[in-house]
Amino acid sequence: MTALLLRDLKLSVRAGGGALIGVLFFMTVVAVIPFGVGPDLNLLSRIGPAIVWIGALLSALLGLDRLFQTEREDGSLDLILMQEHPLVLTVLVKCLAHWVANCLPLVIAAPLLGLFMNMSEVAIGAVTLTLLVGTPALTFIGAVGAAVAVALPRGGLLVSILVLPLAIPVLIFGVSASYAAVQDPAPFMPPFLILIAITMFFAVLGPLGAALALRNAGD
Amino acid sequence: MRLTADKLAARRGEDLLFSDISFDLGAGEALILTGRNGSGKSTLLRVVAGLLRPERGTVTWAAPGSDISVRASEACHYLGHRNAMKAELSVAENLSFWKSFFGDFDGGTALSVHEAADRVGLEGITHLPFGYLSAGQQRRMAFAKLLVAHRPVWILDEPTAALDTRAEATFTDLIREHLDRGGLLLAATHQPLGLEGTQELQMTGFAGVMEEAW
Repeated sequence: MTALLLRDLKLSVRAGGGALIGVLFFMTVVAVIPFGVGPDLNLLSRIGPAIVWIGALLSALLGLDRLFQTEREDGSLDLILMQEHPLVLTVLVKCLAHWVANCLPLVIAAPLLGLFMNMSEVAIGAVTLTLLVGTPALTFIGAVGAAVAVALPRGGLLVSILVLPLAIPVLIFGVSASYAAVQDPAPFMPPFLILIAITMFFAVLGPLGAALALRNAGD
Repeated sequence: MRLTADKLAARRGEDLLFSDISFDLGAGEALILTGRNGSGKSTLLRVVAGLLRPERGTVTWAAPGSDISVRASEACHYLGHRNAMKAELSVAENLSFWKSFFGDFDGGTALSVHEAADRVGLEGITHLPFGYLSAGQQRRMAFAKLLVAHRPVWILDEPTAALDTRAEATFTDLIREHLDRGGLLLAATHQPLGLEGTQELQMTGFAGVMEEAW
């Protein structure tokens, strides 16, 4: 399993791996917002957490369709399905590798992009923290979509649309926790804890669903 | 060790591609599937490898002292049309990944990555990315994958496609060695592999539309 994790990480940084594509897209989305809405610093800092979260959500969805498709194209998926290891565990490891390669860079880039949006230190910290606990849920949800669409040659957009309804709660609670950290009456902990709960819930359900879909994807 | 298929039937679309296929392979035995294109050779191999669900019938694996719950596919190596290697990774990285991911099946040891590359005659180029190799070299390296982890059953789908005659001879030697060690072989091929004492199963293609399944 460690071998699988290391291989996926290696693949993501090699040519065509696409680990940097997500973070570049994230930067592009967030960096153009100040140009679009104009230099109104108050407005920027007010919409900042939401924009950073939306950018991260879209970037996280970007590379998901390749999660199992590359394995299927070169025949590796067949061999993975035949092994003794529980498929759920294999999927979980692949999700973790995908998260480290594609979503962790987003979390790391978030503070920098927070500065673009004139966010306060507390808001930047809150957004980074909520992204850290919220993005794994996006990966686990996306794994189910990627597994369902594994046999489709152009499944990219379909995966994003399939998983978007399930990803919306993550966005809602992530953004509301970020706002709660800077706006006084709203408490930070309840939405943050719900966000953690969503991540843990999908950490169990996502790999299960994806494994089921892969087993039944037979061509 | 026995690999037994009992009355297998598989469906492609609406029609049954084959039905009532049974075979029983013991240690050191080989079954060669022949038949024209589209006669269901690959489908049968994928059913045995557990990658397609059979319409009817079962595939079972039995070995002395082994758990009854072991799926047949866990005892198998499957070499399909695609090589299951990553073009971005070097040959050595590919092979050592599969070596540790596969692990050895009960009662056998495997070659190291270096030895396996040596056996297929490509020991000097394991540092190259897999994508740089020619089609024949890629096929040889995919074959080396069978050597880095022990599996009693080898399921080979057109193993000698894209190979020159020397490589074919190498493959035949490796297969013979596998059978001599008590391995089992199930292969679909057009070219004769040059093995003696093998069973042959002639696939005829569509077994006709059977009674509706529902």
